[in-house]
Amino acid sequence: MMIKGMFSKPENGKMYWKEFIHQCTEIGFGSLGIVAIISVFIGAVSTIQTAYQLVSPLIPPSTIAQIVRDTVILEFAPTLVCIVLAGVAGSRIASELGNMRVSEQIDALEIMGINTKAYLIMPKIAAALLMIPLLVVIAMALGIWGGRLAGTMSGILSGNIYDKGLLEFFVPYNVFFALTKAYVFSFIISSIPAFYGYYVKGGALEIGRASTKAVVVSCILILFADYILSALLL
Amino acid sequence: MIEVKNIKKSFDGKVVIEDVSTVMKAGQCNLIIGTSGSGKTVLQKCIVGLFEPDSGEVLYSGNNFTAMKGEEKTEIRKEIGMLFQGSALFDSLNVEDNIMFPLNMFTHNTHKQKLDRVNEVLNRVNLPGVNKKFPAELSGGMKKRVALARAIVLNPKYLFCDEPNSGLDPQTSLVIDKLIKEITIEFNMTTVVNTHDMNSVMEIGDYILYMYQGRKEWEGSKKDIIFSKNQLLNEFIFASEFLQDAKDMRMLEETGKIPNHRNMDLMLDKDTAPLAPPDQGE
Repeated sequence: MMIKGMFSKPENGKMYWKEFIHQCTEIGFGSLGIVAIISVFIGAVSTIQTAYQLVSPLIPPSTIAQIVRDTVILEFAPTLVCIVLAGVAGSRIASELGNMRVSEQIDALEIMGINTKAYLIMPKIAAALLMIPLLVVIAMALGIWGGRLAGTMSGILSGNIYDKGLLEFFVPYNVFFALTKAYVFSFIISSIPAFYGYYVKGGALEIGRASTKAVVVSCILILFADYILSALLL
Repeated sequence: MIEVKNIKKSFDGKVVIEDVSTVMKAGQCNLIIGTSGSGKTVLQKCIVGLFEPDSGEVLYSGNNFTAMKGEEKTEIRKEIGMLFQGSALFDSLNVEDNIMFPLNMFTHNTHKQKLDRVNEVLNRVNLPGVNKKFPAELSGGMKKRVALARAIVLNPKYLFCDEPNSGLDPQTSLVIDKLIKEITIEFNMTTVVNTHDMNSVMEIGDYILYMYQGRKEWEGSKKDIIFSKNQLLNEFIFASEFLQDAKDMRMLEETGKIPNHRNMDLMLDKDTAPLAPPDQGE
């Protein structure tokens, strides 16, 4: 019903566009720092742990790069980053809408004749659908780069071998699969917290509860969707 | 003019508003008064459409608002301004942007025209020069005045105020009350104010509707309210000793005698009287 209520003719397209750009900035640039840090370290740790487990001299060192690449693209970048984003962006969406509800700001918009579902929720979901897959792509690149950095700095393998390994047995479909996951997760990350925030009742305590609940439910749904998509698409 | 016809509203089976009907005229302050929990806020929210009544009708200038859908309802809402109890200013926007918000959303004026209108309404609420301040930087009274400025920026035909004086000192309350009254007369608006502040009632109330446990218990003018024989209304309005004194003074002026000796009665009732001496031996 919440999603259905979002689709109506905007009262003023310019204002909706402005809100969409604002949300893109909040969700995209607001989460870029944490996504970058997590991605680099995930890639770095993956390289070191993969090298630790590949002890056979028969396996070429470039295999480490292949494993790191596929792990980052298939799982770490879309799933782990989206779980972190559920905490960062999801809690922000839930608490922002919850605060607006409790302080009657949503009622004030309704009284003005504005479709609050369309004006407040739609730009958030649209911005998440645009920015989160972009963040996932950035996370893929930074994760792979982090792996290279850790590999060369610790002397596990040289940069050339790592680069060579990255190009071996590359399956472009994996990127498509990761982006499909990113789109599904983006919708979960934005719509679930929006629902919990928009329909919050009570005061400051309930806003906190709604925010926590939104993050927990989003994370569970992300993991569930991850399993379903993997079973269907791989 | 707003007509309310047989409004009923319940939550989870509990009836909160029961068969309330009234007419609120333009150019006057229509007050809904009552104790906390009497249903005045729910009634007001039913009138503005924030709550869907279970039955009954609300007519704005003869148009059935409750039966309207989508676009039609939006058109009526553009003619409504509302001052919320907590001001409901947008935290992330400064005063200027808060007031300009309805103009940005519903008009195609130039930025200069919109800015002029913002300054005009800010001057009207006696708050010039605060354009760039954020709501967090304003006092309670200033927030109410900014919210009032935002409510009237589109020249609404109907103005709703939910507890406009809550959390304000008596002096600031008076300023807000006077502003509401002046604006109502100046723009010939139909103003509906929810309050339990008797000072407001006497200051701005042209028509008063007294709610008791979800029902309309009494309605009339501010002149009638003082001499009303309705016991529940009297218990509400003369809960303050000061107001009872004022009533007695007025009765004394008009009739030459004070109708009762309630203070003496109170003194004699040792179970309830705060001034009664404690029992000896306790």
